[in-house]
Amino acid sequence: MIETAKKLLKNGDVNIVIGYSEGSQGRVRPFFARNEEEAENLVYDNRCTQNLAMYVSKKEISKYGKPAIVANIHTLRGIIRLAVENQIKDGDLIALHINDKDEMTVCSTLEEIETHLATVTPQISDEDKVMIEKLDAMSLTERRNFWEKEMENCIKCYACRQACPLCYCTQCTVEVNQPQWIPVEASIDGNLEWHIMRAMHLSGRCISCGQCGDACPVGIPIHLLPMKLSQEVKNIYGSISGMNRSEGCAMATYQPGDKENFIG
Amino acid sequence: MFEPKIVAFVCNWCTYAGADLTGTNRIKYSPDVKIIRFPCTGRIDFMLLIKAFSNGADGIIVSGCHPNDCHYTSGNFHARRRWTIFRSLLDFMGIDVNRITFTWVSAAEGAKWAEVVDSTVEKIKKLGPYKEYRPIANEIVEE
Amino acid sequence: MNTQIKILKSANYIKLLQKLFDHKKNIYGPVRQGKRIGYQKINSANELATDFIIPDMSAKSFVFPCIEKLFSFTKDKENVEIQNLNLDNIPEKIIVGIRPCDALGMKSLKAIFGRDPADSIFQTRLERTTFIGYACNQADDYCFCTSINGGPGNTEGSDILLTKTDSGDYIAEIITPKGESIVASAPELFEDGSGLDKQKYLADVPKRFDDSNLENKMKAAFDTNVFDEYAIRCIGCAACAYVCPTCACFDIQDRTKGSKGERIRTWDSCGLKLFTLHTSGHNPRETQGVRWRQRLMHKFSYMPERLEVRGCVGCGRCSRRCPVDMNIAESINIITDENII
Repeated sequence: MIETAKKLLKNGDVNIVIGYSEGSQGRVRPFFARNEEEAENLVYDNRCTQNLAMYVSKKEISKYGKPAIVANIHTLRGIIRLAVENQIKDGDLIALHINDKDEMTVCSTLEEIETHLATVTPQISDEDKVMIEKLDAMSLTERRNFWEKEMENCIKCYACRQACPLCYCTQCTVEVNQPQWIPVEASIDGNLEWHIMRAMHLSGRCISCGQCGDACPVGIPIHLLPMKLSQEVKNIYGSISGMNRSEGCAMATYQPGDKENFIG
Repeated sequence: MFEPKIVAFVCNWCTYAGADLTGTNRIKYSPDVKIIRFPCTGRIDFMLLIKAFSNGADGIIVSGCHPNDCHYTSGNFHARRRWTIFRSLLDFMGIDVNRITFTWVSAAEGAKWAEVVDSTVEKIKKLGPYKEYRPIANEIVEE
Repeated sequence: MNTQIKILKSANYIKLLQKLFDHKKNIYGPVRQGKRIGYQKINSANELATDFIIPDMSAKSFVFPCIEKLFSFTKDKENVEIQNLNLDNIPEKIIVGIRPCDALGMKSLKAIFGRDPADSIFQTRLERTTFIGYACNQADDYCFCTSINGGPGNTEGSDILLTKTDSGDYIAEIITPKGESIVASAPELFEDGSGLDKQKYLADVPKRFDDSNLENKMKAAFDTNVFDEYAIRCIGCAACAYVCPTCACFDIQDRTKGSKGERIRTWDSCGLKLFTLHTSGHNPRETQGVRWRQRLMHKFSYMPERLEVRGCVGCGRCSRRCPVDMNIAESINIITDENII
């Protein structure tokens, strides 16, 4: 990987390599190599779960020029989803994907990423699966109490939004104050409304990478909300996001024959 | 006696006209409902429903044109998908979806509108005031 | 007053808490909730968490809550009537188990809110809060209190500081009159402990950077690209500021319903893009690097210069909680090492 990154930088194929390096206390951190020397610091192992696709739309990074991204599966899906939403186009970046067997594939085009994604089955972690099942099995009141207790801890730091590769809006709804949809302060109603809104805005788009939950400094499993909606969208409309550019946007389209069982 | 507060979000072209017809036909229905007119069900943002609850509504009615009858061709189809997913989310978060009635009422269905309102009022009366949301909505900062 | 040193036997410690509960005091302390450790209201001593390094959130919310009412108002035709907050309603609280770094954070907050005109709400809260601290007997690699004049046994900010000894008993340092009044409520539980040394029971926190002349080193770095370089991965959330015991930026909001409402103060952060965004669309702190610089400069240069206290206590929470591993101690190290003075 380091050799490939160096070659890409040397040949001028890319200007920056977005990857991971050793961080503090045994953590890994996002790392940005802009020359061959810096590329020496790149690492990749099973600690590299963060979805780096989020950096593609950051102007602090895009100012350097064309990036190559060290990509896990989530990052690849993020890239495809960003392409579906016209945030990036073919040739904007090169993905360096490393699979479970430590083999690296260099994807220079979105089609190559799609071909690769076609061979994998998107999955959420066992822990998340169990948690969603547990919540589903609860009574309405229990679920309500669960979320209320969790939301009490929310400090509205918006790390969930910032960590999400699909929260690229230059102006988020919470930053709009006419009207003030979401209260600015971290009150319980405001927290609840914020998380409802975030999940709804991600419905049919969320690639279930779980970044939002990982980023939460107070450990609220907020990633379960958009994840659950992704499951619902898949079950009801058969659409999985972040797999292929032809997938479209499940929530921005319709079929005249869409089924429901609650409208009288 | 508990008089529920019910907010109805309706589309201009079908349900609002339907509710008008209810009036001109002199059909009586519960006065507990406050109707808010929208251009289309496609315009009814899910946040409006949440805001209704946080401002003290006990129940909500959302209603528009029947499928294939939308004045703008497809607004209600989009709305249908959105409501389906929205209901899943509310349910997953432990918010009672039974407090929201979704229905199609055309401009010719004056009688149906009266029935929808009355049955919703009946249902909400049985469920009682939305106490679970109220304390959150009225939450005042400490002291 | 001079600090008095006493011994509080472990059984007596439980009795002391029980006595405080009996007197219907509002007692808060670190409580475990799933994976989290947070300062919460407790009703019995066994709710207190043991064996942890530091609560996830700092104790600043006791004196500077995440949201607090400043006053309420009612509009009646032409007139607006303002009802000031009744400061008498602010309850007395006792915080048990506050860490020395969190207690030290009160000093920075006091300097910020005490600046003329002093913030009466903050001051009342602080006056009515008693801090019974626990000295740290364990630390992790993120702790750096010793690098900025704090320490695992620092008494500043605490009213009583307890250090657990190997036998499970506590060395109690009675630091302030508030602490003395706690002792006075149950003097029989405390035994004389003069001459005892707590040092050997404290955690070992190595120095992670040289803080001499830090203010000027920061200033010298202002125009260099060290901040931009370090903050290149910063995603611009406000987690660091919200978990910080000294970050005190706030936003003022009106919550209104009809003709009534209240004005509230809520946490804000210089790390957020919106913090400095002008109505025109211009943002004087355009990039995340500049925002990171502001955060560090404010803590280590502006505050010492204007308030004679640093805005950092070395708790390391910001580094622990950062989703992209921005490490404040490391960042300062880079600045002080590379510096061009």
